[in-house]
Amino acid sequence: MQVPAQETDAPDRNTGFAAEALFRLAGRKALLGILIPGLLLIVWQLSSSQGWIDGILYPAPTTIARAFYDLILSGTLWENLRISLARAAIGFALGGAAGLALGVLVGMSRRTEKVLNPSVQMIRMIPHLALVPLFVLWFGIGETSKVLIIAKGAFFPLYINAFIGIRNADNKLFEVARALEYSRWTTIRKLVIPSAMPNIILGTRLSLGLAWLGLVVAELMGATSGLGYLMSDARQFSQTPIVFVGIVLFAVIGKLADSGVRLVERRLLHWQDGFKGR
Amino acid sequence: MAESILEISSVSRVFVKNKSTVTALDRVSLNVKRGEFITLIGPSGCGKSTLLKIIAGLDTQLEGKVLLEGEEIVKPGIDKGFIFQEPRLFPWLTVEKNIAGDLSLRRPEIRDRVAELIELVRLQGFEKAYPKELSGGMAQRVAIARALLRNPKVLLLDEPFGALDAFTRTHMQEVLLEIWERNRTTMIFVTHDIDEAIFLANRVVILKPRPGSIRGIVPVDLPFPRKKASSSFQELRIKILNEFEKVDDLELESGFVI
Repeated sequence: MQVPAQETDAPDRNTGFAAEALFRLAGRKALLGILIPGLLLIVWQLSSSQGWIDGILYPAPTTIARAFYDLILSGTLWENLRISLARAAIGFALGGAAGLALGVLVGMSRRTEKVLNPSVQMIRMIPHLALVPLFVLWFGIGETSKVLIIAKGAFFPLYINAFIGIRNADNKLFEVARALEYSRWTTIRKLVIPSAMPNIILGTRLSLGLAWLGLVVAELMGATSGLGYLMSDARQFSQTPIVFVGIVLFAVIGKLADSGVRLVERRLLHWQDGFKGR
Repeated sequence: MAESILEISSVSRVFVKNKSTVTALDRVSLNVKRGEFITLIGPSGCGKSTLLKIIAGLDTQLEGKVLLEGEEIVKPGIDKGFIFQEPRLFPWLTVEKNIAGDLSLRRPEIRDRVAELIELVRLQGFEKAYPKELSGGMAQRVAIARALLRNPKVLLLDEPFGALDAFTRTHMQEVLLEIWERNRTTMIFVTHDIDEAIFLANRVVILKPRPGSIRGIVPVDLPFPRKKASSSFQELRIKILNEFEKVDDLELESGFVI
């Protein structure tokens, strides 16, 4: 009786192995992230080459890749990308640094909080686009207004998160700092900043994202260079593949920057003892 | 040994809560000799933790006087090492960096002292461990080393082993005695465990609640190492229990270990 039973088990076990192998494959972190975009690309390419969708509105991935290649060869891509990256970096550095500094200041002192926080929160609620006309009037159409728009976006997440992080610091550790005779500056350096670090890193990630977002707004308000300009220019000439190149680049570079911060996060926050997901 | 390091004279502390006042300490006086091991024992509400916080300079709303080496205590400081009920380590720092605190491990004399203290509290091999990797007893030993690095004139311990299991607690008591025998640091140790109080102390100071005041002081002359099961130990235990029973209206509150 046992032998035939084993034989009927065999196919089941094979599919079991296959499923297991698939899971093992998918279990690799990188593959899990690529799963959805990869599937989408295949379907997209297939629909385009089969003529199911409009090739001009939805150019095939291969057409986009071709446009990408041409842009690299002509040097236009690098030229514009470099300018955009510089704008985003300067805007993020300015806004982020100011947000962090002010967030720490407001976090440390209740009085500063009462004086500054209401105004900051009001400014936060003003949309980028509402400020664009004013910035153009004040600072002209040049780099200053663009960088400032980006900086405004990058300012708030770091400001709010630094503030929250500091207020979440363990009061009992402040008692320890007093007993160990830490100066005010040492307390900030050795207690306040490290305990706010998880929030500060979260703020950095959000700030980076908003700087990237602000970049598009800034470059669409009348730029003659940059990734956003490249895209709006292409749109006017119905060069959809170039628009897609821009979109993909925004996604990929944004993701790379975010991954960079997460790498730093893992190095800085490995002391944390929280739930890490199943 | 006869010299006083700490003089507590007629210290009172009144807490005001919504117009009603609670006298946590009522004219408490105590002299502690240099190198002495004092345990403060009493039921909850007797003001033993309040007294310790006052000596630490963490609580300054008092009447009366507390002098450490002749100087009035006005603020917390490294000369008054304080061990809290929880270890209170900085979770982002390794064991050695927690001990070093604001002192740089790059200075050779600090590094040597930290290494010495890690050996003293028996944590060799855990220098680079993070607090999340330590057991409760180990973490508390790090806290003790952190206080000792600053060469305190007096080490104040506020029920430091209260959260530990019985075996770890006994072990920690032995480690603490070893530290005391080697460093001769003056210790003031708050507990609600009679066995712990006798096991550690030169003198057991018994406090009573409402208002918090000293009920009596029992000198412990037993030689170290002490055996908790020995008859002389048990005699002292009974003596201290009798002290408590002298208080007619004594209510033994939960958490008070007999």
